[in-house]
Amino acid sequence: MKVLVPVKRVIDYNVKARVKPDGSGVDLANVKMSMNPFGEIAVEEAVRLKEKGVVSEIVVVSIGPTQAQETIRTALAMGADRGILIQTDETVEPLSVAKLLKAVVEEEKPDLAILGKQAIDDDANQTGQMLAALLDWPQGTFASELEIADGKAKVTREIDGGLQTLAVELPAVITTDLRLNEPRYASLPNIMKAKRKPIDMKTPDDYGVALETRLEQIKVEEPPKRQAGVIVESVAELVDKLKNEAGVI
Amino acid sequence: MAILVVAEHDNAHLSDATNKAVTAALKMGGDVDVLVAGENAGDVAAEAAKIEGVRAVLHADGPTLAKQLAEAMQALIVPLMGDYDAVLAPATTSGKNFLPRVAAALDVMQISEIVSVEAPDTFVRPIYAGNAMQTVKSTDKIKVITVRPTAFDAAGNGGSASVKSIDAPAGPFKSAFVSEELTQSDRPELTAAKIVISGGRGMGSGENFAMIERIADKLGAAVGASRAAVDAGFVPNDYQVGQTGKVVAPELYIAVGISGAIQHLAGMKDSKVIVAINKDEDAPIFQVADYGLVADLFKALPELEEAL
Ligand SMILES: Cc1cc2nc3c(=O)[nH]c(=O)nc-3n(C[C@H](O)[C@H](O)[C@H](O)COP(=O)(O)OP(=O)(O)OC[C@H]3O[C@@H](n4cnc5c(N)ncnc54)[C@H](O)[C@@H]3O)c2cc1C
Ligand SMILES: Cc1cc2nc3c(=O)[nH]c(=O)nc-3n(C[C@H](O)[C@H](O)[C@H](O)COP(=O)(O)OP(=O)(O)OC[C@H]3O[C@@H](n4cnc5c(N)ncnc54)[C@H](O)[C@@H]3O)c2cc1C
Repeated sequence: MKVLVPVKRVIDYNVKARVKPDGSGVDLANVKMSMNPFGEIAVEEAVRLKEKGVVSEIVVVSIGPTQAQETIRTALAMGADRGILIQTDETVEPLSVAKLLKAVVEEEKPDLAILGKQAIDDDANQTGQMLAALLDWPQGTFASELEIADGKAKVTREIDGGLQTLAVELPAVITTDLRLNEPRYASLPNIMKAKRKPIDMKTPDDYGVALETRLEQIKVEEPPKRQAGVIVESVAELVDKLKNEAGVI
Repeated sequence: MAILVVAEHDNAHLSDATNKAVTAALKMGGDVDVLVAGENAGDVAAEAAKIEGVRAVLHADGPTLAKQLAEAMQALIVPLMGDYDAVLAPATTSGKNFLPRVAAALDVMQISEIVSVEAPDTFVRPIYAGNAMQTVKSTDKIKVITVRPTAFDAAGNGGSASVKSIDAPAGPFKSAFVSEELTQSDRPELTAAKIVISGGRGMGSGENFAMIERIADKLGAAVGASRAAVDAGFVPNDYQVGQTGKVVAPELYIAVGISGAIQHLAGMKDSKVIVAINKDEDAPIFQVADYGLVADLFKALPELEEAL
């Protein structure tokens, strides 16, 4: 069984994003970039399925600038087999990402696509669901447990009220939640090995997908800042302030 | 303009996240209808009909809609969109699950988790864990939008809209419900509570959360947690507050033994009053706290319980 894992290159999760003074976006110059953490979880899950003998090949794909090759290499070092970079320097909205991924699916014919539930930059949480709709595949989103057996995926999902389990026919789209697994660190020998694994260089044109922009960004601003508060000396003072100053209890 | 709001409910009760999404829809202007999709959800449809400002309620009832699974919701909503210019759903795990499918099927971009309506086609939404606010204008003919409930007031319940039955999709679909494990609690729901008290890794164990629960019961508060506390198994996943958990904005948020990582702040920094109890005076949580108490929580929590 073949798995497709789309991974996105994003601002590192430890970096606090800064808005550009001219309101044109977030300053990404000289900022540390890494694989989207949910993408790491997706790669890890695919690698574990391969280690269990369920999966035979893992193809990772990234849509983004030339540097997104590094992101693909990281996935290859974790255990993926080969990569596809769809190179573009433009902003690609989730709908276009989903259309490109659909084209890749039609070419690669995987039985499963595992995506992150959201990318931590744009926080859109939609690409996986859109891909599923475009392919007319079922979906198991926000997965915290995944079992593959008898042509089906048993997916436990993190929902607002607790956990929900679905049986999903393959081929299907799965999106990962935080507790699905803990991604491994690539070992040095595996990082070296990954350098020899193939990455196909493509462009959106190769797939006949025009990158359309449906959402025009008007501006990006800092969120309202909170006033720094006071340090209280005791629980008694805290309770007094909450009752008499803030009036919230 | 006509707008469809998809109701959030559990077949028995309507969630007030629906009322909040209606408020967002009313801000866009035009006629607002509510879609109740469920199984034996007649009571919910009746409740939805009372939301002020709603023109009509569409009620689709049947086994394929019992859990509002994504494929069935897509099959239900997409054909309805011939009559509407926009569809909105609360940005709950349910809305986030099905609405992007609807968007893709309609070939439009979804606008995720809006916190403000600037114009019928222009919205503000947080990006980068709330460290930046993006204003976007949609050029799509149909707008597909998820609404962050904490950012809008709930529409009132003094209305009397008509309820119209429509067909549930027949199926079969390629995914099936197997089981669920819902957290049982008599406390208020996390995202709707006026007071939230959350524990982090500093709590040390699930047993120690009892200290937080006792205070929650005295205050009528909901209990939340950081990711570290959930990952460690102290509390279930649905307690998680943050960028990738629940977003809350109560009158009072009390963070206990939580350091204040960007991802946690993303879920609570719009609370009206924030209290932090942490033994490390340099913990970043103090930078957003209105009242900070530098103390060992094992000493402070029993004192707090006593004082209330
Ligand atoms: C300066 C700047 C300006 C921007 N302006 C706009 C704008 O005007 N309009 C707008 O809509 N967006 C804008 N964006 C955001 C950018 O387009 C988003 O990256 C895009 O919308 C995708 O959203 P997402 O990654 O949050 O999707 P999600 O749905 O959250 O992503 C979920 C998953 O989908 C997969 N995935 C997503 N993207 C890729 C990818 N490129 N390659 C491989 N897999 C992927 C991954 O598995 C990921 O975990 C801007 C970003 C920046 C930095
Ligand atoms: C992709 C991604 C998504 C994430 N999403 C979320 C999210 O949605 N929500 C979330 O919360 N996190 C999220 N995180 C994790 C986040 O980065 C932090 O790791 C997490 O919030 C830390 O939890 P914590 O504050 O409980 O633990 P820690 O950072 O370990 O802090 C524990 C605090 O407790 C204090 N403490 C310890 N003992 C005591 C004591 N006896 N008395 C008083 N204080 C004490 C310590 O001083 C410390 O400040 C995410 C991370 C990633 C990478």
